Amino acid sequence: MSEKKPLLEISNIDTYYGAIHILQQVNLRVDEGELVCLLGGNACGKSTTLKTVLGMVKPKVGKIMFAGQDVTHQNTPARVKLGMAVVPENRRLFAPMTVLENLKIGAYVRGEAAEEDLERVYDLFPKLKERSSQLAGTLSGGEQQMVAVGRALMSHPRLILMDEPSMGLAPKLVEQSFEMIANLHSQGVSMLIVEQNANMALSVADRGYVLQTGRIVLEGEAKELAGHEELRRAYLGR
Amino acid sequence: MSENQVPEEIQESAATEAAKLGIGTDEWVAQHEERIARKKGIKGLPQLINESIPAWARWGVLLLISFAFGAFVDNQYLLRIGVNLGLFVMLSYGLNIVMGYAGLLDLGYVAFYGIGAYGYALMSSEQIGHHWSTWLTVLIIIIGTALLGYIVSLPSRRLFGDYLAIVTLFFGQVFVQLVLASDNITFPWAEDYVDITAGANGIPGIDPFSFFGHKFLNIRDYYWLLLVLVALLTIAISRVNRTRIGRAWRTIREDALAAESMGVMVNRLKTMAFVTGAAIAGLAGAIFAAMQTAVFVSGFDMPLMTMIYAAVILGGSGSLAGAVMGAIVMSVLPEVLRVTNYSEILFLAVLVLTLAAVGKSVKRFTINIVGIALIGFLVKILLGAASIKTTPTKEWVVGPVSRALSHWMYVPLDRVLWGNCAFVILIVLIAYFTTTTPRIKSILLPVIGYLGIFLWEVRLVTDVNTTRQLLIGAMLVVLMITRPQGFLGKARVEVL
Ligand SMILES: Nc1ncnc2c1ncn2[C@@H]1O[C@H](COP(=O)(O)OP(=O)(O)OP(=O)(O)O)[C@@H](O)[C@H]1O
Ligand SMILES: [Mg+2]
Repeated sequence: MSEKKPLLEISNIDTYYGAIHILQQVNLRVDEGELVCLLGGNACGKSTTLKTVLGMVKPKVGKIMFAGQDVTHQNTPARVKLGMAVVPENRRLFAPMTVLENLKIGAYVRGEAAEEDLERVYDLFPKLKERSSQLAGTLSGGEQQMVAVGRALMSHPRLILMDEPSMGLAPKLVEQSFEMIANLHSQGVSMLIVEQNANMALSVADRGYVLQTGRIVLEGEAKELAGHEELRRAYLGR
Repeated sequence: MSENQVPEEIQESAATEAAKLGIGTDEWVAQHEERIARKKGIKGLPQLINESIPAWARWGVLLLISFAFGAFVDNQYLLRIGVNLGLFVMLSYGLNIVMGYAGLLDLGYVAFYGIGAYGYALMSSEQIGHHWSTWLTVLIIIIGTALLGYIVSLPSRRLFGDYLAIVTLFFGQVFVQLVLASDNITFPWAEDYVDITAGANGIPGIDPFSFFGHKFLNIRDYYWLLLVLVALLTIAISRVNRTRIGRAWRTIREDALAAESMGVMVNRLKTMAFVTGAAIAGLAGAIFAAMQTAVFVSGFDMPLMTMIYAAVILGGSGSLAGAVMGAIVMSVLPEVLRVTNYSEILFLAVLVLTLAAVGKSVKRFTINIVGIALIGFLVKILLGAASIKTTPTKEWVVGPVSRALSHWMYVPLDRVLWGNCAFVILIVLIAYFTTTTPRIKSILLPVIGYLGIFLWEVRLVTDVNTTRQLLIGAMLVVLMITRPQGFLGKARVEVL
């Protein structure tokens, strides 16, 4: 990571839900190959930030650059086509469809899913191969998480947006899923990860941002943040 | 993980059972309920047949039967039933795309059928005096209904579920009202009014299809045409369903927002579903008009709509084989029910099936049958002892079943009055039945069965039209209770 090329850059974003002002003057950057985490308490606007990046909600002011293009006014499918992929909060798998079909939907913007892409996901999560004809809704929470990540990988994304990947997982599985994230990162995948579990997130991330009631209050190298007094007090445990 | 709380040996046996079926342990566990339901025999029968025979064999047999039917049946009435079935399958296929795959509740669907029929009628009759070539007319109709489907799909971009249903319902009604009112239109430049659709009188004298100089004068021609079309549609739709388009349709049905975040262009796919469904219905309408050589707007209204919906839901929304099955039931059954002898037998079959479905075990089933028989004799003996007059047997016996029943069934003098009373009591009892305890249920069931037979023989058998509707309604209710997912539909799974 010698030279820094910005992949995603959002500047001065203000997002509203109706009259409610959620994001206020948010600036955030993810460089090529970087793993950035976005921390913050409940309802501070983390998911809203991801939705704004993905285009599910439109900011009132501000600009979003992705892969060298201004995507502020593009719709979600267009952004996915440019290389964004999301692992949504609660996974949002298509329950009555099989694991295989869920994975294939991930490749939708690329056309029909290629066999080698599937193999790549199966290499990462061998369990999914044996479960490929099982209905996604009947998987355990951990397995569903694998499908959600695999589904995101199927589109060859340049940037993966993850919303609370550790949610609802047992401690052992949380660890595993962060190992998987670190593993993807080492393969050069850029990621923006929203997390409540600040310790875990900072242990794998390059940089981090801290959001508080819609404002970025802290940002910096992950190591720096992990040692930060205020953050320690607020999130990292008593 | 919570898995650790399950005893080892249970977990292991689940795993081995699951391995036998080639599915994961969790799915095996998730299918638990379904497996239990399957073991009960009758309820799981359609699924069992569906699963134990490979798809190509099932479709092959169906094709063979249809082929033999077209080749060997000479009876015009039977052929007409076959043609109606073909049209019904086309309509079910189209609706299955819109509603079954894409999950769009389109209650104006049948209007596209009507537009196709009226479009053909206007371009091929003396109504306006056009007799265009079949090729051109059919092409115009397909493109025209597709375009209309596109326009109707526009509100669907913002609307879901019940809102979409209301808007499309409105569209369907607008079509009917427009046709009714378009027999008397005055243009500012013309002195006389213009009659475009002939209103409620309908349009007669429509030209039959004519391809390569061959006029479709025999109903069999339409049968072959429909057989080819349905076969082609079956192949095309099941193909599309396996591509990314089909998958994307189903993701929209499940979770449109999540689908969009995967890059699925939700609006475009909704439109595609609407357009395809509309074009299929429009084509079916054109065939109907040419076959019937007359169209009446009343044939494209809510009654038909409910029948198509019933067919798709009955067969299992989202399943093509299910759509065929539903279409067979909904289009052939009413014909069968026209004949009293058949409808009597069918009624008893439905009753027995219901008892079997509700009774769950052979023992309970037998008890119920015996119970019903005893109640019958008891009523007859008691009322006979009280010397209450009955209708003479020969006055109410209509078919072989009622002849057999005449030794057992008490039939009052005023059949209409007592039939109506029995109807009210029956409904109250059924309503009570659904909420009460198992013990009272088991006592109530034979009583309900007896009242059902009583009502049928005393009141309904002679009233063919009401009976048809009631019987179909009853069958739907029974099916929805025993197989909520339809004959061949998949049981729903939710992410928890
Ligand atoms: N569609 C919506 N309409 C109105 N308000 C909304 C909507 N979605 C989110 N909000 C509000 O915006 C605020 C931020 O929500 P957001 O989902 O971004 O929180 P979050 O930081 O992801 O929280 P959590 O960690 O609990 O997921 C909350 O107060 C929420 O109630
Ligand atoms: Mg959130």
